[in-house]
Formats: sequence, C-alpha cells, structure tokens
Amino acid sequence: MQQTTSFDENKKIYSKNKLVFAPWYFLLPAIFFFLIYVIIPIFQSVWISFYEWDGLGEAEWVGFANYIELLDDEYFYTSLKNNFIWLILYLLAVPIGLFIALFLNQVVFGIRFYKSLFFFPFVISQVVVGLIFSWFYNPNFGLLASIFLSFGLEPIAILSDEDLVTYGIIFAGLWPQIAYCMILYLTGLSNVSKDLMEAARLDGAKGLKMLWHVVLPQLRPATFISVVVTVIGALRSFDMVAIMTEGGPYGSSNVLAYYMYETALSEYGFRLGYGSAIATVLFFIMLVYIGYFLWRLYKNEREL
Amino acid sequence: MYNKIKLTLISLLSVVLISSASFGRDLVITFDDMNPGPKAAFENAIAQFQKENPDINVIANNGDREEHKAAIRNFLIADAPDVTSWYPGNRMRPFVKAGLFEDVSDVWDANNFHEDLAAIKPTMTIGGKQWGVPYSYYQWGVYYRKDIFDENGLSEPTNWAEFKEVCAKLKSKGIAPITIGTKYLWTAAGVFDYINLRTNGYKVHNDLTAGKIKYTDPRIRKTFEYWAELVNAGYFLENHSSMSWQDAVVPFANGEAAMYVMGNFSVDAYKNAGLTYDQIDFFPFPEITPGVPRAEEAPADAFFIPTKAKNKSDAKKWLAFVARPDVQTEWNKTIGQLPINSKAKVADDKFIKQGFETLNSAAGLAQFYDRDAVAEMAAAGMEGFQEFMMKPERLDKILKRLDKIQAKVYK
Amino acid sequence: MFPKPIHAFPNKYQLIYKIALPFVLIIWLLPLIAIFLTSVRSAADINTGNVFGWPSQFLLIENYSEVFRRSKAILYLKNSFLITIPTVLLSVSLACLAGYALAIYRFRWSLPLFFIFVAGNFIPFQILMIPVRDMSVSTGLYNTISGQVLFHAAFQTGFCTFFMRNFIKALPFELIESGRIEGVSEAKIFLYIVVPLVRPALAALAVLIFTFVWNDFFWATVLTQGESVKPITAGVRSLNGQYVNNWHLVSAASLCAAIPPVVMFFLMQKHFIAGLTLGSVKQ
Repeated sequence: MQQTTSFDENKKIYSKNKLVFAPWYFLLPAIFFFLIYVIIPIFQSVWISFYEWDGLGEAEWVGFANYIELLDDEYFYTSLKNNFIWLILYLLAVPIGLFIALFLNQVVFGIRFYKSLFFFPFVISQVVVGLIFSWFYNPNFGLLASIFLSFGLEPIAILSDEDLVTYGIIFAGLWPQIAYCMILYLTGLSNVSKDLMEAARLDGAKGLKMLWHVVLPQLRPATFISVVVTVIGALRSFDMVAIMTEGGPYGSSNVLAYYMYETALSEYGFRLGYGSAIATVLFFIMLVYIGYFLWRLYKNEREL
Repeated sequence: MYNKIKLTLISLLSVVLISSASFGRDLVITFDDMNPGPKAAFENAIAQFQKENPDINVIANNGDREEHKAAIRNFLIADAPDVTSWYPGNRMRPFVKAGLFEDVSDVWDANNFHEDLAAIKPTMTIGGKQWGVPYSYYQWGVYYRKDIFDENGLSEPTNWAEFKEVCAKLKSKGIAPITIGTKYLWTAAGVFDYINLRTNGYKVHNDLTAGKIKYTDPRIRKTFEYWAELVNAGYFLENHSSMSWQDAVVPFANGEAAMYVMGNFSVDAYKNAGLTYDQIDFFPFPEITPGVPRAEEAPADAFFIPTKAKNKSDAKKWLAFVARPDVQTEWNKTIGQLPINSKAKVADDKFIKQGFETLNSAAGLAQFYDRDAVAEMAAAGMEGFQEFMMKPERLDKILKRLDKIQAKVYK
Repeated sequence: MFPKPIHAFPNKYQLIYKIALPFVLIIWLLPLIAIFLTSVRSAADINTGNVFGWPSQFLLIENYSEVFRRSKAILYLKNSFLITIPTVLLSVSLACLAGYALAIYRFRWSLPLFFIFVAGNFIPFQILMIPVRDMSVSTGLYNTISGQVLFHAAFQTGFCTFFMRNFIKALPFELIESGRIEGVSEAKIFLYIVVPLVRPALAALAVLIFTFVWNDFFWATVLTQGESVKPITAGVRSLNGQYVNNWHLVSAASLCAAIPPVVMFFLMQKHFIAGLTLGSVKQ
C-alpha cells in the first residue's frame, strides 16, 4: 500500500496544474507595475474629475459639474478643433513617408547611410525639434523669414498668427513622424514578394498601377501600424505645443493634452478636477481608436 | 496606563530634543532667479548669512523661474525646503489658504518691520497676518531711447496727447514707438494695468482685480478705448506675440524701437545688449485722465517659510536677515532694484533713484495684474489682453468672455 | 523590387538619382544643420541678429565647453543615463517574462491581459499625470531618480509586452514542448531555451526604449523639481529659460541632448528598425 504524504500530494497537484500556475508567476511583476502606474491611475483620474480640487487643500465633490462646464468652455472647443486638425494633417506623414521610402528604396552605394540619416529626426527629442522650429519660424531672424525676404515678400510670423499657428506646429511635428513612417515602409518594401512583382511585370504592370495593385496591398501591415501610431501621436501631442507656443497666441494652438496640463498644473492653473475632466474626455476619444486597433488585432489573432 | 503615558512623553521629548539639537543645523533655501545679476546677489547674501551664522549649514538651491512656478506646488507638500522665494499678493493666497505657508507675523513684530516695511506691508498681509518677508521691489514705467528722442527733437511726454504725438512722430520715422513681447502674456498686462490706473485710478483698478467691477463696465471699456488708440495706429512692435520680453529688447537695442513699458529689472538686459546709460532714460507712465492720483506698479519679490519646513527657527533668521537695511542696500544695488526697508540706502543709479522718487510719491502701489487678480482670472485676462492687442475689433467678445470667467472664478 | 531598380534605367537617370540623393538629404536635415551652425556661432553674431546666416567665427570647442562649464548640462546628462538605463533593464525584463507568459500559455486571461497591455500603451498619458504625481509625492518617490525609473518602466511595459509577446509567439512551439517532455521546469525552459532565442528582439526593444525614455520631456517636468534629478530633456528647457537669446548655447545643449540616442541608433541600426516594425513583418 502506498502512503503519499501531503507534501507529495501538494507536489502532484502543483505539477498537474503547473501549466495553470506558471503563467501567473511570469506575469505577476509586469501586472503589478502596470496596475499601479497605469491602470489604477486611469480610474483615479476619472474619479478626481468629479471633484473641484486645487491640489493643495481639500477636494470638493461637484459631480458632473466639471463636464457641464466643459460644454460651455470655448477653450475646450478650440482645443477639440485643433486636435481634429492634428488628426487629419498628421496623417499626411503616412503617404509622405511612403514616398520617401520609395525614393530611397534603391541599391546604390551608401544607401544605408542615407536611410539612417533620413531617420535622424525621429531619434531626436520632440523638445529639441520644437526649439529648432520655433527659431525657424521666428519672424526676425528665422530661416523662414529669410526665405520670404529673398522672394521679396513680407515674412509672416506663423507662431503669432491664430489661424496659422496650429499648422506651423503640425508641420514641425510631421518631421519626425514622416521619418518613422518612412522606416516602416522601407522595411515593408524589403519584404514585398519578388515573385509577385515579376509576375505583375510580365503582365505589363508598371509604375503607379504596380504600386496600387501589387505593392500597396503587401504593405498593408506597415500602413496599418503607421496609421495607428500617427493617430495616437496626433492626439497625444504635448511636447511641441508646450515648447513652441504654450497653447498661444491666446489659446489658439491649444490641444486637449496641453489644455489639461494648463488647467491643472501650470502657473495659473489650480484646477485638478477640471483638468482631469479634460483628460477623461481625451481618453474616451482615444478609446475609440484603441478599440478599433484591438478589434483588428483580435481578428488577426483569431486567424492565426 | 500611566507607564504608557510616561513612555510616550519621554519619547516625544527626546524626539523634540534630538530634532532641535544644534550641531551644524541644515537650512535649505530655494531661490528662483538664474539671471546673472539676481543670481550673484543671492549668492553674496547667502555667503554673508553663512559667515554671520557659522552654526548653520546653509544649503542654497537656485533654479529656473518657470520650473520653480511648477515645482512649488509639489515641494510645498512633500520635500519642502526651509525657505522658498515666491510672490506676495494673490500669488501667495492659494498657499496661505491651504495652510502651506507659515505665519511669520512674529518676525515682523520682532524686527520692527511693521514700521520699516510699511509701504510693502499690505501686499504681504492676508487676514491681518504677515505670511512672508519681501526682499526687493521695483518700479515699472516707460524706458526710452534718449538718443533717438533727442535726434528727433522729442521730450518726455507728461500726458496722453503728448504721448500719442511722440508715438506718431516716431512712427513717421519708421521707428516702432513701443516695443513689447507678449509671448509670455504678462507684459501685455503691464500695459493694461498702467492705462487702467491712469484712466480710472487705484481704487477702480483694485476693484476690478478683486472681482467687484465687471470688465464690461464703461470705465474699463474706456481703458480699452485708450489702448485701442495705440493699437490701431500700429504703435506697438509687430509680431510681438511670438517674442519674449528679452526678444523684444533686441529692436530696442538696435534702434528699431524707442520705448518700452517695463520694470526696472530690464535695465540689466539693456546693458547686456550694449546700450549705455547715456542712451536710455525713464519716465513714469503719462497721465491720461487729468487729476487722477498717480498710482504705480511695484511688484515685490519675497521669501516664505513652508509649513512643512524642518528648520523654521533658522528660516526665520534668514527672513529677518534679508530685510535688514545693510543687506537690503547691498542686494538691491546688485540687482538694480529698490530696497523694501525704508532705512536702507538706495543705490546711486539713475534709474533706481528715479524709481525711488516715483514710488515714494505714488498714491498707491499695485502689485501687477497677475498678483492682484486671482490665478484663473489672471490667466484668462492676460490672454484676453494679448488677443486684444492683435485683434482690437474683438473687444466686445473678449470683455464678455472675461466677465463670464470672472463670475465663475470669484463666486 | 519596387520601384524599378535604378540600374535598369539609362545612365543619365542613374546620375540624376545619385545627385538628387544628397540634395534631398540636405534639405531634409536643414533644421539640424541650422542648429549645428548656430551652436558654433559666437555671441556677437547672436546679438547683431545673425542667427541663421553663415557664422562669422567657428567656436565649436568654446561654445560646447561653455555649456558644460556654465550650466548643469553634465548633471542633466548623468541623470538621463541614471534614469534611462535601469528603466530599459527593468521594462525589458518584465516584458520578457510577461510576453512569454502571454505567448506560450493558453489560458482564459491571456488575450484580455494582452489587450490591456496594448491599450495601456496607447492611452494619453496626461490622464495619468495627476494620480502618478500624487502617488510619487506620498510615497516619497517624488523628485528622485528611482521614482522616474519606476514610472517609466511601468509605462513602457505595455509596449514591451506587446512586442515580446508577438515575437515569442512566432517561435516554434516544438521547442517548448520538447523541453516539457524532457521534464525541464518552466523556469528553466524560459531561461535556457527561449531567452537566447529572443536576444535580437531584446536588443531591438532595449534600443527603442532607450530612445523613448531618454527623449521624454513630459514626465521629467511632472516628476521632478529643481536640478538634482532632472534629465537632459527638461534641462534643455530650463537652459532655454536661463540663457534666453543665447541661442548658441541652447543649440549646443540641445545637440548634446540628442547625441546619445543618435549614437545608440547608429550602433544598433538593424535592431532599431526591427523593433519599430512591431513585428508587423511577421504578421
């Protein structure tokens, strides 16, 4: 008769269920960090948005008052509008990135050097990019002003003009973003099936037709990632706005990400509840895109 | 039970004794001016204080002003220094209200500050108590290029009509009459403050910043009408909204602009840009409505003790030190500003002397729009001023918006 | 390959292309070239308004050493390293573990958890700003190097886990199976079979995370005060405030801030590019 000790029994239970327990051991540290620093703070932020709080003293419960106030806030609508403009224009990075990738997709001496250098802007901090472009746009000594003058035109102060300022900042932001899309496409291009291309060429496909019908479909993963990252980047843009204009002139280049910071933590902003409400709105807008991305991912997973 | 109480009391006592043990006590002082002059003045004062107090280990931190404005909200709650620089008036109000600044009326009592610092006392007082000690203040007014004026046969204007004449003459010569850089907004508030003070007087201005008068009030409208006269005639520097005040010094220095509505701290920048004292001079902002008593802007900078400071007794020593007449004389000489102690000596500098006279004969001292008005109102107000300067035709819309925000903020 | 290889075109076009390349590159990098020129300019140039023209003097050594002498640039750079390197190590390790779990084990939570990591990667981080700042303050991690490291590591875990999970999933499962059949413990399978195989992915991830964390500006401003633990990105901003109109110094400092990620990039190009495609090639 075999007597199994409880120790042996436990060991058996464990080894039978090893595959059930094991993943959790691996996951626990990451989950722990993520929970504390990301998941819980999201809920905390939404919770704070129901209060009026200056960050120093007591918080006062106001329910949905902050959100109702947002509906009547013209700065909020300006920011919303600007975010929308960012969204649309920032997507230009995708086709421009494709175009440059196509331009660089040749085998000539030193092409790897060129590819690396074209990628440069992405590696630099957005703060530095913002600084560079603010000087570029400076109406007194900026390079742009010199270009205008050389054509005999009066230089425009882009960052001072309420209508042009957002476009000026987006233009600056496009620089690194194009580099990013370019690299995605370059990698995608190097994986385009040679056989398909040969077959299409034999069929007489050339140039744009080739691009549209044969190449682009194979670049779909690269396009997908580019679009997703660009959309997220457009909605998140903070660094550029902070460095170049601080939301000005008089709030006309404000975006939700910066407006939130302005109301909650800036020099004259002591309203953490209101800022959290703005952040929550931004979060829900982005949730739409994240949801879409996850849905695509899920479909992908199912196919695998 | 009795033993427990005894134990608690003994531990408490020992903790108290240990924490006040005086072997080289640390004193952390945080400052926020990295400009060469103020930085040097601060460092000299620290050195002197250290020499006079060898038993205190002074740890001085100096950082960027903008950073400091953001950081103070965090460090007053956690990791507080023993002394921090900040601004009086409505800028200190949120912290006083939240109980984060220490009541230092005792320092004022012990050092006769109520008398010697009488002019600046109101701005340091909330609810009858004093919450910090100022170390400097400075006049605002119009700095101008004397050489350009002389070349064009112009003299210092004393009233609005003369002022506009001077502007017109300069403009006709292709010189921007008034330089300004409104990227960081507060410079426009300086112009607003002065025009309002001169149009309506000290009481009305204070009522406005205290939220008792609306922006659409006809008297305030009048202020904007006068301002519009300058804006519509194009008397301000072009493209000012993308320039900081330092950027706006460049045209002043190279003769493209002739006047600057500024505070005395700007003199250092003029000197660094290559101007000499022969080329620049100062006049108080001209009269607009005849007979209105002349009030001036005289913002003060001060030191405060966080309530979470560890070494408050030595911190109070520093507060008493900075307001001492001899320290005041030295410090303000270096930074080209005015001592807050009436017993201190004013530096022998033409601008400081003139500033001293201007402020001494003033009917009232305003602290600058962003210190007189509550923070959220100040932010919206200054944006409104900048927008007005660029699009004066939007005045109605701007004033209505400011009223709406005022109603919300001051409820 | 697409577009048509340049060698298939007549020589004339090849020449045009070869000339066009450097030309386009220079226009593309014009802002960078401008900032470099500004950083070697003399102060006299700046004051007379000659900010973007050809410098009258070339003060490369002088300007750069002045930046290091007069400001806390060296401290900021040191802080950046102190923050970035531990973050990279921590987040890559956490993600490797988590990615392995999500890729290899079939359990009900694997897909939802995976989605949570992905979603967390894409959220607007402003929504984290206030709670994270408050938590840092109340746990005493505010204004410390470790506070910044812990936050960055946690936040980057989303992206890293996504990346590692995709990569590990593409490995042949037979390797794991054979290990299990031989009775090797799960931990050993992970350490001795999987980790060596994913080394290229780890390298790519490390380079990417290095760049992201080094270039971060927002959290540096939210989680620090004063100079002592400030990294170089926030440092450039305060140098800009400190030396307004000293464009040459600020440019020099900005370029110094940009150098380490650039060096990283050049050294590890292949890995970098592999990392960025997020495994899209494998899809």
